[in-house]
Amino acid sequence: MITIPYLTALTTYFSYGLLFAFGQFRDFFRKIYDWWKSSDLQGYAPICLGLEDFYIRRLYLRIQDCFGRPISSAPDAWFDVVERYSNDNNKTLKRTTNVSRCLNLGSYNYLGFAAADEYCTPRVIESLKKFSPSTCSARVDGGTTSLHNELEECVAKFVGKPAAVVFGMGYVTNSAILPVLIGKGGLIISDSLNHNSIVNGARGSGATIRVFQHNTPAHLEKVLKEQIAEGQPRIHRPWKKIIVVVEGIYSMEGELCKLPEIVEVCKKYKAYVYLDEAHSIGAIGKSGRGVCELLGVDTANVDIMMGTFTKSFGSCGGYIAGSKELIRYLKYTCPAHLYATSISPPAAQQIISSLKVILGEDGSKRGAQKLASIRDNSNFFRSELQKMGFEVLGDNDSPIMPIMLYNPAKIPAFSRECLKHNVAVVTVAFPATPLLLARARICISAAHTREDLLKALEVISKVGDLVGIKYMPVEPMKLQNGKPTKKED
Amino acid sequence: MNNSMANVLNAALGWLTKALDAPSAKAVVFGVQIGGHLFVEGLLLVVILFLLSQKSYKPPKRPLTRKEIEDLCDEWVPDSLIPPITEEMQYEPPVLESSAGPHAIVDGKEVVNFASANYLGFIGHEKLLESCTSAVEKYGVGSCGPRGFYGTIDVHLDCEARIAKFLGTPDSILYSYGLSTMFSAIPAFSKKGDIVVADEGVHWGIQNGLYLSRSTIVYFKHNDMKSLEAALEKIVVENSKRAKKQRRYIVVEALYQNSGQIAPLDEIVKLKEKYRFRVLLDESNSFGVLGHSGRGLTEYCKVPVDKIDIITAAMGHALAAEGGFCTGSSRVIEHQRLSSSGYVFSASLPPYLARAAITAIDILDENPELLKKLNANTSRLWKELSSVPGLSVASSQDSPIVFLRLKKPTGSAKDDLKLLENIVSRLLKEESVITVTSKRSTLDKCRLPVGIKLFISAGHTESDLLKAADSIRRVAASVFAEC
Repeated sequence: MITIPYLTALTTYFSYGLLFAFGQFRDFFRKIYDWWKSSDLQGYAPICLGLEDFYIRRLYLRIQDCFGRPISSAPDAWFDVVERYSNDNNKTLKRTTNVSRCLNLGSYNYLGFAAADEYCTPRVIESLKKFSPSTCSARVDGGTTSLHNELEECVAKFVGKPAAVVFGMGYVTNSAILPVLIGKGGLIISDSLNHNSIVNGARGSGATIRVFQHNTPAHLEKVLKEQIAEGQPRIHRPWKKIIVVVEGIYSMEGELCKLPEIVEVCKKYKAYVYLDEAHSIGAIGKSGRGVCELLGVDTANVDIMMGTFTKSFGSCGGYIAGSKELIRYLKYTCPAHLYATSISPPAAQQIISSLKVILGEDGSKRGAQKLASIRDNSNFFRSELQKMGFEVLGDNDSPIMPIMLYNPAKIPAFSRECLKHNVAVVTVAFPATPLLLARARICISAAHTREDLLKALEVISKVGDLVGIKYMPVEPMKLQNGKPTKKED
Repeated sequence: MNNSMANVLNAALGWLTKALDAPSAKAVVFGVQIGGHLFVEGLLLVVILFLLSQKSYKPPKRPLTRKEIEDLCDEWVPDSLIPPITEEMQYEPPVLESSAGPHAIVDGKEVVNFASANYLGFIGHEKLLESCTSAVEKYGVGSCGPRGFYGTIDVHLDCEARIAKFLGTPDSILYSYGLSTMFSAIPAFSKKGDIVVADEGVHWGIQNGLYLSRSTIVYFKHNDMKSLEAALEKIVVENSKRAKKQRRYIVVEALYQNSGQIAPLDEIVKLKEKYRFRVLLDESNSFGVLGHSGRGLTEYCKVPVDKIDIITAAMGHALAAEGGFCTGSSRVIEHQRLSSSGYVFSASLPPYLARAAITAIDILDENPELLKKLNANTSRLWKELSSVPGLSVASSQDSPIVFLRLKKPTGSAKDDLKLLENIVSRLLKEESVITVTSKRSTLDKCRLPVGIKLFISAGHTESDLLKAADSIRRVAASVFAEC
């Protein structure tokens, strides 16, 4: 749980209040100007009504240059960020041809497969020539190739379930699967900090949705007891089925899910467990098999396992793994399987090759090296940041570490200062996080070397001092020439 | 019980009055003569106030005890996660061992492929493969991040600019999946309280988007302009008070993938201007196909493109790439960059697919004769298939999706589907031609009749088309002779 210091909370509220007041002021003048100059809507209602895009127009546009920065190379450990300039106070940004080489602390590249890889890329290019970039049809029409079947077998074996089905996009996987599994008369209990795709899928299903406190199995038990005893709202008939949706690693907190306790609670009350491993598959666990391996949960106890290939495998797409009957039923009726174009064959080949590298089936030790490297890098970086006095969230072993900023003015300050020193970070604010709790989120990769991490630490420390975000007490460090004196194994 | 109490009290008071008619009672306090009766009235007042202040009888609230809750939880039995597997769920699609071009390899033998929406024949095109290979070598495969966090690669921005230039609109935005384009764009512009009039044959992506937007939805009969006009009239009359704040949309597809019909855009635009609605057009199957330079339905019906407010399309059809785009005025596009959930919360399109789309548009611009070839193929096959026993062509003449329906439907959709699947599997096994039946998900609300679909490509030769027509005639004749 994040406890915000009292003074910081006051200053943050004050800053937002000031921005809001200024925004309303400017809107008021804009309204007068528009009334004076006749509008050309001709009887239509405006396409974006007044307050809907207030946040965008008055708050987000001021710091628009911190988001959506284009790059012109592969998102590897170092990449080229394109410089942009603006002539009208950040309302529109134009690209220049200048690039600056920056250290990449923002892309989801956990195992370093983002750029051209010596094992994967030749195979991808071969499959590109053989199967061409798209099959132009749905999986049930003419879009199933031998690559797709091989991919599904590999994924099922890797995750530890009998069968799997693969889709072309992770977001659509969640949105199209939940409506198939549950409908009106069912209950979905989801963690309060679940991703937008799960929320959309749950809404689209028509089932009743209840939320339990983030990562608190005791509260989940309380909610389950209440709901089963009461039954459906108003008619009080018993629920048809209950699905509990949790994520492996929460992307804005960097925390691991308390999976063993949650699975136990669900077993006791006969609810089904749906685990979304978007960020954890391939990145944690001794052999990369995700949060089940790390926390010692038997995969047979999790009914539906979902994940994406964008983060650790350097490709695109999502999968669902479960029992053979579940997958057969999904292949019969899931709209993403019946109507959407199948996953691009070169992307499928990239996933198969990267799985082989992780499992060591390509004949080298690179997979094990990458897994060890990401674990060591994350733990080292996190402990160093905490020693410097930053407030860092997340559990040990998780490659995501958010650093709390709180104040809205510190968001662009941190982002722009780091970019000046050639370090690219990601800053997140409302609406992806609660209003007061803005943060900078760092994603560590296996492709980062120790020198990269030390440079990053130096820059972040300097900028942190300048911006004033070292909220925790600083521990005295024993450093000699920039290298830590403790032994590494 | 209250009445008897009051009676007893009154009797007692009567005695009291007699007792009080003593000289001491005839006193004067504050100018008011105190007679004995004032005491009675005072006492009555006290009694009334006492009775009024009593609470009325309510049965006591008894929340469930812990044991009762535990019993209920033990007794509850959930439904199984999925219904039991039936025979029709065991269907396996044909597995291709080569690219999905006009000729493909299934199970080791060569087949003619009418199941891929490869309208311009770009699958296997040299230039496309070259540009994709160089993109993979430069950028890797995935883009590793959403658009807001370093997932914007310069090819994405180039692709958006190229599409906008090709169609003649101010701006466009790229999505990473064709299906998510519509169901992310609609909820960004239409919320609770707005009204959407949609065709009843739209595909699942649009239906899901309409459901997620929580607006009021009115469906009109498939491609029937009179039904559309009646619906619009009704809405305008019922909602005249809220016209200033309520947004109203018409959602149609240019070429319906559930029936192969083409929407009459010029009539729709006339209706839209008369009743003041905005139009959302889904051009997935008509972009790169209709119109003499491939710019889609607006060119085909000779409607200026700025009359359509929002155009979306999936790029997995004519352009042989993946993903989707949306195009329109700058205000519309800029709004989507922060409020469209499928754009903000999802990783961006892999860069090699964006590069493939740019190359495909370039090739289309330089070779408009591909469209003529596609048109010729379409009309040829349409003519040939008009004489098939038992099946009739239900799609428009210019549509590259040829939709064959049963002339005498059996009455139930399931039996229709079984019959059609029989035809399709025999076509593949005996005649080496891949076709498709229209499959419906259990979530799909569309009730149009099922049929057999053939996707025509500019890469098909005349002999392919004749072979397909002959095979269908043979197989259909034998299947209908059996039943």
